[in-house]
Amino acid sequence: MARLWRFDEIVDTDVLAPGAYMKAPLTELATHCLEAVRPEFAGQVGVGDVILGAPNFGVGSSREQAAEVLRHLGVAAVIASSFAGIFYRNAINLGLPVFTLSDDLYDHPGLVDGAELAFDFDTASIRLAASGDVIKLERLPDFLRDMILDGGLIPHLEKRFQAATPAGG
Amino acid sequence: METLARKLIAKASGQSSVAVGDVVVCKVDLAMIHDSGGPRRVKPMLERLGRNVWDRHRVVVVTDHYVPADTNETRAIQALTRQWVVDEGIDNFYDEQGICHVVLPERGHLVPGMFCVGGDSHSPTGGAFGAYMFGIGATEMAGVLATGEIWLRVPETILIQWTNHLGRFVTAKDMMLAMCGEIGMGGGRYQAIQYAGSAIQDLPMQERMTLSNMAAELGAQAGLIAPDDVTAAYVRAVGGTLAEDWEDYRIEAVDSVRDHLTFDAATLSPQIAAPHSPANADDAGVFRHTAFNVAYIGACTGAKYVDLAAAASVLKGRHVANGITLKVAPASLKDQNRAEADGTMSILEEAGARFLANSCGICAGYGDDRLAEDEVCLSSTARNFKGRMGAPGSKVYLASPYTVAASAVAGEMIDPREMMEG
Repeated sequence: MARLWRFDEIVDTDVLAPGAYMKAPLTELATHCLEAVRPEFAGQVGVGDVILGAPNFGVGSSREQAAEVLRHLGVAAVIASSFAGIFYRNAINLGLPVFTLSDDLYDHPGLVDGAELAFDFDTASIRLAASGDVIKLERLPDFLRDMILDGGLIPHLEKRFQAATPAGG
Repeated sequence: METLARKLIAKASGQSSVAVGDVVVCKVDLAMIHDSGGPRRVKPMLERLGRNVWDRHRVVVVTDHYVPADTNETRAIQALTRQWVVDEGIDNFYDEQGICHVVLPERGHLVPGMFCVGGDSHSPTGGAFGAYMFGIGATEMAGVLATGEIWLRVPETILIQWTNHLGRFVTAKDMMLAMCGEIGMGGGRYQAIQYAGSAIQDLPMQERMTLSNMAAELGAQAGLIAPDDVTAAYVRAVGGTLAEDWEDYRIEAVDSVRDHLTFDAATLSPQIAAPHSPANADDAGVFRHTAFNVAYIGACTGAKYVDLAAAASVLKGRHVANGITLKVAPASLKDQNRAEADGTMSILEEAGARFLANSCGICAGYGDDRLAEDEVCLSSTARNFKGRMGAPGSKVYLASPYTVAASAVAGEMIDPREMMEG
């Protein structure tokens, strides 16, 4: 079952995508994701896992590899009470779901590091395995939701450009 | 009443006015990309979309991250960048001329009234010129390059007013660290910050750029300063073309902004920010006697001509202490040439400085001079996140060029006024 990775310290783009490995292919960069703060993360994170981050998640550089490595490692969603603006836009542009939740839900006793859970994009919620509690996240505006469902900005634009091409053209 | 941010966004979105919270699509006047997040990342995406850049005259390409390119990987990145520029017919290409945020204005590309995006988080630097400019990632940039457009949620304006005037050896960098300490790295809430007041109007353009640059560290989308005669004189001097209506953007809008902070420049002391956040700022005197090994004058934030001159004013006739390495990476070739012409570079050299390339270098964690494990650096750059400038166990303190230079001479952290005013 998917698990929660909880970060109570600020997670910046330099710990997500360290500068020293930025020239390397994404697959290699991903193995260094978060190693400065959680050396076991890249090796242990599984497909469908969810990150719960401290406020201002993704502060720092515009390098979108910070979001891309998380998607590459299989992270299903990043949840935080607030995001750094560029990271937030990058995540959506890359098709990585990002959701905010209120400060009181952030302190929900079931949201501990390692908690087993299931994340559901359609209902924007997570269900905690231990208690059965369902935690509702703040819904994204429809146009951003559509962009994530399309797989990010590039596939979204591809659709738009194809739609704009006259039939038979 | 209109704010500068709303006026700029209204113009870019083709509307007579916009309201906070509106989601609008803006036409981009200029898109800036560099070698790290630029061609190597956007080329495959544009190919997938079957598009070329929407307007080759509105794209500026700068190589500044993988400079010097001294490995096969980085040479390949630069070769790809140069070929892409040729293939797309880009005429504004600055190859190893300095850091993008400094090169852009010094080549006359930024003027009041523009709406710009940059593929780098310090792109808010453009706000110093009365342009709305912000940083975006490579995928979003590919979207801009394909369409010439970007969506935006019209931000609130957070007005930060600086009253009175700065004392000697106190700089825009100190103002910025004090603001980081006061409102934190999330304090800008991805809204538009506007700096105003007498102490802002006093500042030359390169000092204003430091404030707009580090709007990124305040978590703002943009960091604006209303254009004035200082702006106009700078733009004219670098050969930029001012629009006839540029003075329409001279909006300080003090009365129309709900979110309002005031600082007194006269009582501000030089600041130092402790590892690992610019928000860990306090008066430099608090850090008296803190040891360090590397003094760094570098980056778009801290190695423009004005920063080199500040460091030189302290280092003239002095030498860095044993045990301290002073590294200087002038932010642009133009600024370096100016500093060479007026003797600034030779003062730095005689004080013991070692010069690095006109590039992002250590500040971005790139290149051979990255900090080693357990090294402690006092730096004129913008960010001191854990591991950013090198090994995970290295530590970075942030300060102004005056403070970095005086501390390098003292062999420990010091308020530069102690040395200069005794």
